[in-house]
Amino acid sequence: MPKHAVISGVHNTKVGSVPDSTVMSLHSEAAFGALADAGLKLSDIDGVLCAYAITETYPMLSSAFCEYVGVAPNFNAGLHGGGATAAMMAMQAAALVRNGDCRHVLCVAGENRLTGMTRDKAVAALAEFGHPQFEQPYGVNIPAAYALVAQRYLHETGATLEHLAALAVLHRTHAAMHPDAHMTEAITLDDVANARTISDPLRLLDCCLISDGGAAFIVSASETAGDMKKSSPAILGTGQGHTHEHILAAPSLTSFGCKMSSATAFGKAGVTTSDIDVAEIYDSFTITLLIELESIGFYEKGEAGEAALRGELTHGGKMPCNTHGGLLSFGHSGAAGGMFHIVEAVRQLRGEADIRQVPDANLAFVHGDGGILSAHCSMILGNT
Amino acid sequence: MTDLKPVPVPNADTQAFWDACNENRLLFQTCKDCGHTQFYPRAVCVSCESRNLKWHDSAKLGTVHSYTIVQRAPSPAFKADAPYLLALIDLDEGFRMMVNILNCPTDAASIGMKVHIVFEDREGQKVPQAAPLN
Ligand SMILES: [Zn+2]
Repeated sequence: MPKHAVISGVHNTKVGSVPDSTVMSLHSEAAFGALADAGLKLSDIDGVLCAYAITETYPMLSSAFCEYVGVAPNFNAGLHGGGATAAMMAMQAAALVRNGDCRHVLCVAGENRLTGMTRDKAVAALAEFGHPQFEQPYGVNIPAAYALVAQRYLHETGATLEHLAALAVLHRTHAAMHPDAHMTEAITLDDVANARTISDPLRLLDCCLISDGGAAFIVSASETAGDMKKSSPAILGTGQGHTHEHILAAPSLTSFGCKMSSATAFGKAGVTTSDIDVAEIYDSFTITLLIELESIGFYEKGEAGEAALRGELTHGGKMPCNTHGGLLSFGHSGAAGGMFHIVEAVRQLRGEADIRQVPDANLAFVHGDGGILSAHCSMILGNT
Repeated sequence: MTDLKPVPVPNADTQAFWDACNENRLLFQTCKDCGHTQFYPRAVCVSCESRNLKWHDSAKLGTVHSYTIVQRAPSPAFKADAPYLLALIDLDEGFRMMVNILNCPTDAASIGMKVHIVFEDREGQKVPQAAPLN
Protein backbone atom coordinates (compact mmCIF):
# COMPACT_ATOMS: atom_id res chain seq x y z
CA MET A 1 0.00 0.00 0.00
CA PRO A 2 1.38 3.45 -0.90
CA LYS A 3 2.64 5.49 1.99
CA HIS A 4 1.50 8.83 0.68
CA ALA A 5 -0.84 10.46 -1.73
CA VAL A 6 0.92 13.10 -3.82
CA ILE A 7 -0.21 15.92 -6.09
CA SER A 8 1.34 15.12 -9.45
CA GLY A 9 -0.11 17.86 -11.65
CA VAL A 10 -1.84 21.22 -11.37
CA HIS A 11 -3.26 23.82 -13.72
CA ASN A 12 -5.30 26.99 -13.76
CA THR A 13 -6.83 28.58 -16.82
CA LYS A 14 -6.73 32.30 -17.46
CA VAL A 15 -8.95 33.90 -14.81
CA GLY A 16 -11.19 36.96 -15.09
CA SER A 17 -13.26 37.60 -18.18
CA VAL A 18 -12.80 34.58 -20.46
CA PRO A 19 -15.14 35.22 -23.41
CA ASP A 20 -16.72 32.20 -25.09
CA SER A 21 -15.85 29.93 -22.18
CA THR A 22 -18.34 27.38 -20.84
CA VAL A 23 -18.42 25.26 -17.71
CA MET A 24 -17.23 22.28 -19.70
CA SER A 25 -14.59 24.13 -21.73
CA LEU A 26 -13.06 25.48 -18.52
CA HIS A 27 -13.20 22.03 -16.92
CA SER A 28 -11.52 20.36 -19.87
CA GLU A 29 -8.88 23.07 -20.37
CA ALA A 30 -7.96 22.83 -16.68
CA ALA A 31 -7.98 19.02 -16.74
CA PHE A 32 -5.78 18.70 -19.82
CA GLY A 33 -3.45 21.33 -18.39
CA ALA A 34 -3.02 19.32 -15.18
CA LEU A 35 -2.48 16.09 -17.15
CA ALA A 36 0.24 17.75 -19.23
CA ASP A 37 1.80 19.16 -16.07
CA ALA A 38 1.97 15.65 -14.57
CA GLY A 39 3.04 14.00 -17.82
CA LEU A 40 -0.06 11.79 -17.79
CA LYS A 41 -2.68 10.93 -20.41
CA LEU A 42 -6.43 11.01 -19.85
CA SER A 43 -6.42 7.22 -20.09
CA ASP A 44 -4.16 7.08 -17.00
CA ILE A 45 -6.96 8.66 -14.94
CA ASP A 46 -8.99 6.10 -12.98
CA GLY A 47 -10.77 8.45 -10.57
CA VAL A 48 -12.62 11.74 -11.15
CA LEU A 49 -13.99 14.24 -8.66
CA CYS A 50 -15.99 17.30 -9.71
CA ALA A 51 -17.91 19.90 -7.72
CA TYR A 52 -20.97 21.84 -8.89
CA ALA A 53 -21.81 24.68 -11.25
CA ILE A 54 -24.61 27.22 -11.46
CA THR A 55 -24.12 28.81 -14.87
CA GLU A 56 -24.78 25.43 -16.50
CA THR A 57 -26.60 23.00 -14.27
CA TYR A 58 -26.18 19.24 -14.47
CA PRO A 59 -27.79 16.83 -12.02
CA MET A 60 -24.48 14.91 -12.01
CA LEU A 61 -21.73 17.30 -13.06
CA SER A 62 -18.98 14.72 -12.58
CA SER A 63 -20.70 12.25 -14.90
CA ALA A 64 -21.35 15.04 -17.42
CA PHE A 65 -17.67 15.98 -17.34
CA CYS A 66 -16.52 12.38 -17.89
CA GLU A 67 -18.95 12.10 -20.80
CA TYR A 68 -17.72 15.41 -22.28
CA VAL A 69 -14.01 14.53 -22.29
CA GLY A 70 -14.43 10.78 -22.83
CA VAL A 71 -13.13 9.10 -19.72
CA ALA A 72 -14.62 6.10 -17.90
CA PRO A 73 -13.07 6.05 -14.42
CA ASN A 74 -13.35 3.38 -11.73
CA PHE A 75 -14.52 6.01 -9.28
CA ASN A 76 -16.48 9.16 -10.06
CA ALA A 77 -18.36 11.50 -7.72
CA GLY A 78 -19.42 15.08 -7.12
CA LEU A 79 -18.70 16.99 -3.90
CA HIS A 80 -20.65 19.94 -2.52
CA GLY A 81 -18.75 21.76 0.18
CA GLY A 82 -18.85 25.31 -1.15
CA GLY A 83 -15.42 26.89 -0.86
CA ALA A 84 -14.11 23.86 1.01
CA THR A 85 -14.87 21.57 -1.93
CA ALA A 86 -11.42 21.67 -3.55
CA ALA A 87 -9.62 20.76 -0.31
CA MET A 88 -12.26 18.10 0.38
CA MET A 89 -11.56 16.64 -3.08
CA ALA A 90 -7.88 16.38 -2.19
CA MET A 91 -8.74 14.65 1.10
CA GLN A 92 -11.14 12.25 -0.65
CA ALA A 93 -8.75 11.56 -3.51
CA ALA A 94 -5.92 10.88 -1.07
CA ALA A 95 -8.10 8.30 0.68
CA LEU A 96 -8.89 6.64 -2.67
CA VAL A 97 -5.25 6.25 -3.66
CA ARG A 98 -4.16 5.17 -0.17
CA ASN A 99 -6.93 2.57 -0.19
CA GLY A 100 -5.75 1.24 -3.54
CA ASP A 101 -9.02 2.07 -5.31
CA CYS A 102 -7.33 4.50 -7.72
CA ARG A 103 -3.85 5.41 -8.90
CA HIS A 104 -4.56 8.84 -10.42
CA VAL A 105 -7.57 10.90 -9.35
CA LEU A 106 -8.39 13.99 -11.41
CA CYS A 107 -10.00 16.78 -9.37
CA VAL A 108 -11.41 19.55 -11.53
CA ALA A 109 -13.66 22.61 -11.27
CA GLY A 110 -14.44 25.60 -13.44
CA GLU A 111 -17.18 28.01 -14.19
CA ASN A 112 -17.88 31.10 -16.32
CA ARG A 113 -19.43 32.97 -13.41
CA LEU A 114 -18.56 36.42 -14.78
CA THR A 115 -19.70 36.20 -18.40
CA GLY A 116 -21.98 33.16 -18.29
CA MET A 117 -24.58 34.15 -15.71
CA THR A 118 -27.90 35.29 -17.10
CA ARG A 119 -29.64 37.98 -15.06
CA ASP A 120 -32.40 35.53 -14.08
CA LYS A 121 -29.90 32.98 -12.83
CA ALA A 122 -27.98 35.61 -10.87
CA VAL A 123 -31.16 36.88 -9.20
CA ALA A 124 -32.33 33.34 -8.43
CA ALA A 125 -28.95 32.40 -6.95
CA LEU A 126 -29.01 35.44 -4.67
CA ALA A 127 -32.60 34.81 -3.55
CA GLU A 128 -31.83 31.19 -2.66
CA PHE A 129 -29.16 32.08 -0.11
CA GLY A 130 -29.97 31.48 3.56
CA HIS A 131 -32.40 29.31 5.54
CA PRO A 132 -35.70 29.40 3.62
CA GLN A 133 -37.88 30.08 6.68
CA PHE A 134 -35.57 31.67 9.23
CA GLU A 135 -33.13 33.78 7.17
CA GLN A 136 -34.46 34.49 3.69
CA PRO A 137 -37.48 36.51 4.93
CA TYR A 138 -35.04 39.10 6.32
CA GLY A 139 -33.23 40.07 3.12
CA VAL A 140 -29.91 38.40 3.95
CA ASN A 141 -27.26 37.84 1.30
CA ILE A 142 -23.74 36.42 1.46
CA PRO A 143 -21.95 39.75 2.15
CA ALA A 144 -24.53 40.57 4.86
CA ALA A 145 -23.94 37.21 6.58
CA TYR A 146 -20.17 37.81 6.56
CA ALA A 147 -20.79 41.38 7.74
CA LEU A 148 -22.54 39.98 10.83
CA VAL A 149 -19.36 38.02 11.52
CA ALA A 150 -17.15 41.04 10.84
CA GLN A 151 -19.13 43.39 13.08
CA ARG A 152 -18.93 40.97 16.00
CA TYR A 153 -15.23 40.29 15.37
CA LEU A 154 -14.38 44.00 15.39
CA HIS A 155 -16.44 44.42 18.57
CA GLU A 156 -14.73 41.56 20.42
CA THR A 157 -11.15 42.14 19.33
CA GLY A 158 -10.84 45.89 18.87
CA ALA A 159 -9.45 45.21 15.39
CA THR A 160 -10.03 48.04 12.91
CA LEU A 161 -11.33 48.57 9.40
CA GLU A 162 -7.72 49.29 8.43
CA HIS A 163 -6.83 45.72 9.38
CA LEU A 164 -9.43 44.44 6.93
CA ALA A 165 -8.15 46.87 4.30
CA ALA A 166 -4.57 45.67 4.77
CA LEU A 167 -5.62 42.21 3.58
CA ALA A 168 -7.34 43.61 0.50
CA VAL A 169 -4.18 45.52 -0.44
CA LEU A 170 -1.99 42.46 0.24
CA HIS A 171 -3.98 40.28 -2.17
CA ARG A 172 -3.90 42.89 -4.92
CA THR A 173 -0.12 43.18 -4.55
CA HIS A 174 0.23 39.42 -4.92
CA ALA A 175 -2.18 39.16 -7.86
CA ALA A 176 -0.13 41.75 -9.73
CA MET A 177 2.72 39.21 -9.65
CA HIS A 178 0.65 36.48 -11.34
CA PRO A 179 0.20 36.42 -15.14
CA ASP A 180 -3.25 34.78 -14.97
CA ALA A 181 -4.85 36.99 -12.28
CA HIS A 182 -8.19 38.76 -12.70
CA MET A 183 -7.45 42.07 -10.94
CA THR A 184 -3.93 43.47 -10.95
CA GLU A 185 -4.35 47.26 -10.70
CA ALA A 186 -2.70 48.51 -7.50
CA ILE A 187 -4.92 49.64 -4.64
CA THR A 188 -4.17 51.49 -1.41
CA LEU A 189 -5.61 51.41 2.10
CA ASP A 190 -7.46 54.62 1.21
CA ASP A 191 -9.00 52.99 -1.87
CA VAL A 192 -10.43 50.25 0.32
CA ALA A 193 -11.69 52.78 2.89
CA ASN A 194 -13.34 54.88 0.17
CA ALA A 195 -14.94 51.99 -1.72
CA ARG A 196 -18.71 51.88 -1.37
CA THR A 197 -20.12 49.93 1.54
CA ILE A 198 -21.84 46.68 0.54
CA SER A 199 -23.00 45.57 3.98
CA ASP A 200 -21.58 47.52 6.88
CA PRO A 201 -18.68 47.15 7.84
CA LEU A 202 -17.69 45.35 4.60
CA ARG A 203 -16.80 47.50 1.62
CA LEU A 204 -16.58 46.51 -2.04
CA LEU A 205 -12.85 45.77 -1.80
CA ASP A 206 -13.40 43.55 1.26
CA CYS A 207 -15.37 41.18 -1.01
CA CYS A 208 -14.08 38.53 -3.39
CA LEU A 209 -14.34 38.84 -7.16
CA ILE A 210 -16.68 37.07 -9.56
CA SER A 211 -14.60 35.52 -12.34
CA ASP A 212 -14.52 33.04 -15.17
CA GLY A 213 -11.90 30.38 -14.68
CA GLY A 214 -11.04 26.76 -14.09
CA ALA A 215 -8.53 24.72 -12.14
CA ALA A 216 -7.50 21.11 -11.77
CA PHE A 217 -5.11 18.92 -9.85
CA ILE A 218 -4.26 15.24 -9.92
CA VAL A 219 -3.80 13.17 -6.78
CA SER A 220 -1.62 10.13 -7.41
CA ALA A 221 -0.36 7.18 -5.42
CA SER A 222 3.18 7.92 -4.24
CA GLU A 223 4.43 4.66 -5.81
CA THR A 224 3.77 6.25 -9.21
CA ALA A 225 5.78 9.38 -8.39
CA GLY A 226 8.86 8.09 -10.19
CA ASP A 227 6.91 8.14 -13.49
CA MET A 228 6.04 11.83 -13.14
CA LYS A 229 7.51 14.67 -15.10
CA LYS A 230 8.00 16.90 -12.07
CA SER A 231 8.32 16.60 -8.32
CA SER A 232 5.05 15.75 -6.60
CA PRO A 233 4.43 17.28 -3.17
CA ALA A 234 2.86 14.86 -0.69
CA ILE A 235 -0.46 15.30 1.10
CA LEU A 236 0.90 14.96 4.63
CA GLY A 237 -2.23 15.65 6.63
CA THR A 238 -5.87 16.60 6.14
CA GLY A 239 -8.79 17.42 8.41
CA GLN A 240 -12.31 18.78 8.39
CA GLY A 241 -14.49 20.78 10.77
CA HIS A 242 -18.24 21.36 10.51
CA THR A 243 -20.34 23.40 12.94
CA HIS A 244 -23.36 24.74 11.02
CA GLU A 245 -24.65 25.67 7.61
CA HIS A 246 -26.66 28.81 8.43
CA ILE A 247 -25.07 31.72 10.25
CA LEU A 248 -28.02 31.93 12.66
CA ALA A 249 -27.00 28.46 13.89
CA ALA A 250 -23.25 29.09 14.20
CA PRO A 251 -22.08 28.32 17.75
CA SER A 252 -19.84 31.42 17.67
CA LEU A 253 -19.32 34.34 15.28
CA THR A 254 -15.60 34.52 15.99
CA SER A 255 -14.45 30.90 16.34
CA PHE A 256 -15.16 28.36 13.63
CA GLY A 257 -14.56 24.82 12.40
CA CYS A 258 -11.17 25.78 10.96
CA LYS A 259 -9.85 25.30 14.48
CA MET A 260 -10.74 21.59 14.39
CA SER A 261 -9.88 20.99 10.74
CA SER A 262 -6.42 22.52 11.05
CA ALA A 263 -5.64 20.83 14.38
CA THR A 264 -6.42 17.47 12.78
CA ALA A 265 -4.35 18.20 9.68
CA PHE A 266 -1.36 19.46 11.69
CA GLY A 267 -1.62 16.47 14.02
CA LYS A 268 -1.62 13.96 11.16
CA ALA A 269 1.32 15.69 9.47
CA GLY A 270 3.22 15.97 12.74
CA VAL A 271 4.01 19.67 12.21
CA THR A 272 2.88 23.00 13.66
CA THR A 273 2.09 26.46 12.32
CA SER A 274 5.68 27.58 12.91
CA ASP A 275 6.94 24.92 10.48
CA ILE A 276 4.84 26.26 7.58
CA ASP A 277 6.71 28.12 4.84
CA VAL A 278 3.71 29.36 2.83
CA ALA A 279 -0.05 29.42 3.52
CA GLU A 280 -2.88 29.45 0.99
CA ILE A 281 -6.05 30.14 2.96
CA TYR A 282 -9.59 30.78 1.75
CA ASP A 283 -10.36 34.50 1.50
CA SER A 284 -13.94 34.99 0.33
CA PHE A 285 -13.88 38.25 2.29
CA THR A 286 -11.09 40.02 4.15
CA ILE A 287 -12.79 39.04 7.41
CA THR A 288 -12.73 35.35 6.40
CA LEU A 289 -8.95 35.27 6.20
CA LEU A 290 -8.43 37.40 9.31
CA ILE A 291 -10.52 35.02 11.43
CA GLU A 292 -9.00 31.89 9.88
CA LEU A 293 -5.40 33.05 10.40
CA GLU A 294 -6.25 33.47 14.07
CA SER A 295 -8.47 30.39 14.58
CA ILE A 296 -5.92 28.17 12.89
CA GLY A 297 -3.24 29.48 15.22
CA PHE A 298 -0.95 31.52 12.98
CA TYR A 299 -1.84 34.55 15.14
CA GLU A 300 -3.52 35.33 18.44
CA LYS A 301 -7.10 36.59 18.26
CA GLY A 302 -7.20 40.16 16.98
CA GLU A 303 -3.55 40.24 15.86
CA ALA A 304 -3.55 39.10 12.23
CA GLY A 305 -4.54 42.53 10.92
CA GLU A 306 -1.60 44.25 12.61
CA ALA A 307 0.64 41.53 11.22
CA ALA A 308 -0.65 42.26 7.72
CA LEU A 309 0.04 45.98 8.18
CA ARG A 310 3.59 45.11 9.31
CA GLY A 311 4.13 43.12 6.09
CA GLU A 312 4.34 39.70 7.73
CA LEU A 313 1.96 38.07 5.25
CA THR A 314 3.98 38.76 2.14
CA HIS A 315 7.34 37.72 0.70
CA GLY A 316 10.11 38.15 3.25
CA GLY A 317 7.55 38.20 6.07
CA LYS A 318 6.95 35.62 8.76
CA MET A 319 3.99 33.90 7.04
CA PRO A 320 3.64 34.57 3.29
CA CYS A 321 -0.03 34.02 2.55
CA ASN A 322 -2.13 33.73 -0.61
CA THR A 323 0.85 34.43 -2.84
CA HIS A 324 -1.32 34.16 -6.00
CA GLY A 325 -3.72 36.91 -4.87
CA GLY A 326 -6.56 34.75 -3.57
CA LEU A 327 -10.26 35.09 -4.21
CA LEU A 328 -9.99 38.80 -3.45
CA SER A 329 -7.77 39.58 -6.45
CA PHE A 330 -6.60 36.45 -8.35
CA GLY A 331 -10.20 35.45 -8.92
CA HIS A 332 -13.18 33.44 -7.76
CA SER A 333 -15.11 31.17 -10.09
CA GLY A 334 -17.25 28.83 -8.03
CA ALA A 335 -15.55 25.70 -6.76
CA ALA A 336 -12.44 26.53 -8.79
CA GLY A 337 -11.88 29.50 -6.45
CA GLY A 338 -10.62 27.36 -3.59
CA MET A 339 -8.70 25.18 -6.04
CA PHE A 340 -6.49 28.09 -7.09
CA HIS A 341 -5.08 27.98 -3.54
CA ILE A 342 -4.03 24.33 -4.03
CA VAL A 343 -2.53 25.05 -7.45
CA GLU A 344 -0.46 27.88 -5.98
CA ALA A 345 0.70 25.79 -3.01
CA VAL A 346 2.01 23.08 -5.34
CA ARG A 347 3.80 25.64 -7.52
CA GLN A 348 5.41 27.17 -4.44
CA LEU A 349 6.59 23.76 -3.21
CA ARG A 350 8.01 22.90 -6.63
CA GLY A 351 9.81 26.24 -6.89
CA GLU A 352 7.75 27.19 -9.97
CA ALA A 353 6.20 30.41 -8.69
CA ASP A 354 8.52 32.77 -10.60
CA ILE A 355 8.59 36.24 -9.05
CA ARG A 356 6.08 35.09 -6.40
CA GLN A 357 8.36 32.32 -5.18
CA VAL A 358 8.85 32.02 -1.44
CA PRO A 359 12.48 30.88 -1.06
CA ASP A 360 12.94 27.31 0.19
CA ALA A 361 9.22 26.61 0.45
CA ASN A 362 9.00 22.98 1.58
CA LEU A 363 5.85 22.90 3.69
CA ALA A 364 2.54 24.53 2.73
CA PHE A 365 -0.76 24.91 4.56
CA VAL A 366 -3.94 25.01 2.46
CA HIS A 367 -7.41 25.76 3.78
CA GLY A 368 -10.87 26.02 2.25
CA ASP A 369 -14.17 26.97 3.82
CA GLY A 370 -17.68 26.79 2.48
CA GLY A 371 -20.94 28.52 3.39
CA ILE A 372 -20.59 31.20 6.05
CA LEU A 373 -17.45 29.78 7.67
CA SER A 374 -19.56 26.60 7.90
CA ALA A 375 -17.62 23.72 6.31
CA HIS A 376 -13.84 23.62 6.67
CA CYS A 377 -11.09 21.47 5.19
CA SER A 378 -7.38 21.92 5.94
CA MET A 379 -4.40 20.27 4.31
CA ILE A 380 -0.63 20.15 4.82
CA LEU A 381 1.43 19.64 1.66
CA GLY A 382 5.14 19.03 1.72
CA ASN A 383 8.22 18.06 -0.25
CA THR A 384 9.42 14.67 0.91
CA MET B 1 -39.44 37.51 -10.11
CA THR B 2 -41.92 38.92 -7.66
CA ASP B 3 -41.37 42.15 -5.79
CA LEU B 4 -42.96 40.67 -2.66
CA LYS B 5 -40.75 39.80 0.27
CA PRO B 6 -40.39 36.08 0.98
CA VAL B 7 -43.20 34.57 3.03
CA PRO B 8 -42.15 31.59 5.17
CA VAL B 9 -43.74 28.30 4.12
CA PRO B 10 -44.32 26.23 7.28
CA ASN B 11 -43.55 22.51 7.28
CA ALA B 12 -44.19 19.72 9.78
CA ASP B 13 -41.26 20.88 11.94
CA THR B 14 -42.32 24.53 12.02
CA GLN B 15 -46.13 24.66 11.65
CA ALA B 16 -46.70 25.27 15.37
CA PHE B 17 -44.11 28.05 15.40
CA TRP B 18 -45.63 29.94 12.46
CA ASP B 19 -49.20 29.41 13.73
CA ALA B 20 -48.15 30.96 17.04
CA CYS B 21 -46.59 33.95 15.25
CA ASN B 22 -50.02 34.69 13.82
CA GLU B 23 -51.17 35.04 17.46
CA ASN B 24 -48.21 37.36 18.24
CA ARG B 25 -46.52 34.57 20.21
CA LEU B 26 -42.88 33.53 19.79
CA LEU B 27 -42.24 29.84 20.42
CA PHE B 28 -39.00 27.99 21.04
CA GLN B 29 -38.15 24.41 21.90
CA THR B 30 -36.48 22.72 24.85
CA CYS B 31 -35.58 19.06 25.19
CA LYS B 32 -37.59 17.03 27.70
CA ASP B 33 -34.64 14.70 28.22
CA CYS B 34 -31.63 17.02 28.58
CA GLY B 35 -33.19 20.48 28.92
CA HIS B 36 -31.31 21.95 25.93
CA THR B 37 -32.86 25.07 24.39
CA GLN B 38 -32.84 25.29 20.59
CA PHE B 39 -33.86 27.40 17.63
CA TYR B 40 -34.95 27.03 14.80
CA PRO B 41 -37.61 24.38 15.48
CA ARG B 42 -36.78 20.81 14.46
CA ALA B 43 -37.77 17.23 15.23
CA VAL B 44 -34.59 16.27 17.09
CA CYS B 45 -32.60 17.68 20.02
CA VAL B 46 -29.20 18.76 18.68
CA SER B 47 -27.64 18.14 22.10
CA CYS B 48 -28.71 14.56 22.96
CA GLU B 49 -30.47 12.95 19.94
CA SER B 50 -33.79 12.94 21.82
CA ARG B 51 -37.02 13.31 19.84
CA ASN B 52 -38.91 14.51 22.95
CA LEU B 53 -39.18 18.24 22.47
CA LYS B 54 -41.42 20.76 24.17
CA TRP B 55 -42.68 24.16 22.97
CA HIS B 56 -42.43 27.27 25.18
CA ASP B 57 -43.61 30.86 24.85
CA SER B 58 -40.75 33.36 24.79
CA ALA B 59 -40.99 36.63 26.73
CA LYS B 60 -39.84 38.18 23.42
CA LEU B 61 -36.98 40.16 24.97
CA GLY B 62 -33.46 40.00 23.64
CA THR B 63 -30.09 41.58 22.94
CA VAL B 64 -28.34 42.37 19.66
CA HIS B 65 -25.42 39.92 19.25
CA SER B 66 -24.38 41.38 15.90
CA TYR B 67 -25.88 43.50 13.15
CA THR B 68 -25.16 44.91 9.73
CA ILE B 69 -26.57 47.71 7.62
CA VAL B 70 -27.41 46.11 4.28
CA GLN B 71 -26.75 48.66 1.52
CA ARG B 72 -27.15 46.32 -1.46
CA ALA B 73 -30.42 44.43 -1.24
CA PRO B 74 -30.42 40.80 -2.43
CA SER B 75 -33.67 41.15 -4.37
CA PRO B 76 -36.03 43.83 -5.73
CA ALA B 77 -38.38 43.18 -2.82
CA PHE B 78 -35.85 44.62 -0.36
CA LYS B 79 -34.55 47.45 -2.55
CA ALA B 80 -36.95 50.06 -1.19
CA ASP B 81 -35.88 49.25 2.39
CA ALA B 82 -32.12 49.62 1.78
CA PRO B 83 -30.21 50.61 3.79
CA TYR B 84 -31.80 48.35 6.40
CA LEU B 85 -30.74 46.63 9.60
CA LEU B 86 -30.17 42.88 9.69
CA ALA B 87 -29.29 41.37 13.06
CA LEU B 88 -28.69 38.25 15.08
CA ILE B 89 -30.61 38.56 18.35
CA ASP B 90 -30.02 36.53 21.52
CA LEU B 91 -33.36 36.01 23.24
CA ASP B 92 -33.33 36.04 27.04
CA GLU B 93 -34.32 32.33 27.10
CA GLY B 94 -31.02 31.44 25.43
CA PHE B 95 -31.66 31.07 21.70
CA ARG B 96 -30.60 33.09 18.67
CA MET B 97 -32.68 34.39 15.75
CA MET B 98 -32.08 36.38 12.60
CA VAL B 99 -34.36 39.42 12.24
CA ASN B 100 -34.50 42.94 10.91
CA ILE B 101 -34.45 45.73 13.48
CA LEU B 102 -37.48 47.89 12.69
CA ASN B 103 -38.29 51.40 13.91
CA CYS B 104 -34.61 52.14 14.46
CA PRO B 105 -32.36 54.58 12.57
CA THR B 106 -29.52 52.56 11.01
CA ASP B 107 -26.90 54.58 12.90
CA ALA B 108 -28.63 53.94 16.24
CA ALA B 109 -28.10 50.17 16.22
CA SER B 110 -25.38 48.69 18.39
CA ILE B 111 -24.16 45.35 19.71
CA GLY B 112 -25.67 44.83 23.14
CA MET B 113 -28.77 46.92 22.36
CA LYS B 114 -31.95 45.65 24.04
CA VAL B 115 -34.79 44.75 21.70
CA HIS B 116 -38.22 43.17 21.81
CA ILE B 117 -39.89 40.99 19.22
CA VAL B 118 -42.68 42.50 17.15
CA PHE B 119 -44.60 40.89 14.31
CA GLU B 120 -44.75 42.01 10.69
CA ASP B 121 -47.57 40.82 8.46
CA ARG B 122 -46.55 39.20 5.16
CA GLU B 123 -49.62 38.29 3.14
CA GLY B 124 -51.39 36.73 6.11
CA GLN B 125 -48.35 35.13 7.73
CA LYS B 126 -46.81 37.15 10.56
CA VAL B 127 -43.01 37.01 10.83
CA PRO B 128 -41.04 37.91 13.97
CA GLN B 129 -38.96 41.08 13.81
CA ALA B 130 -37.13 43.17 16.42
CA ALA B 131 -37.57 46.75 17.59
CA PRO B 132 -35.64 48.82 20.15
CA LEU B 133 -36.98 48.25 23.65
CA ASN B 134 -37.43 51.91 24.48
ZN1 LIG C 1 -31.70 16.80 24.52
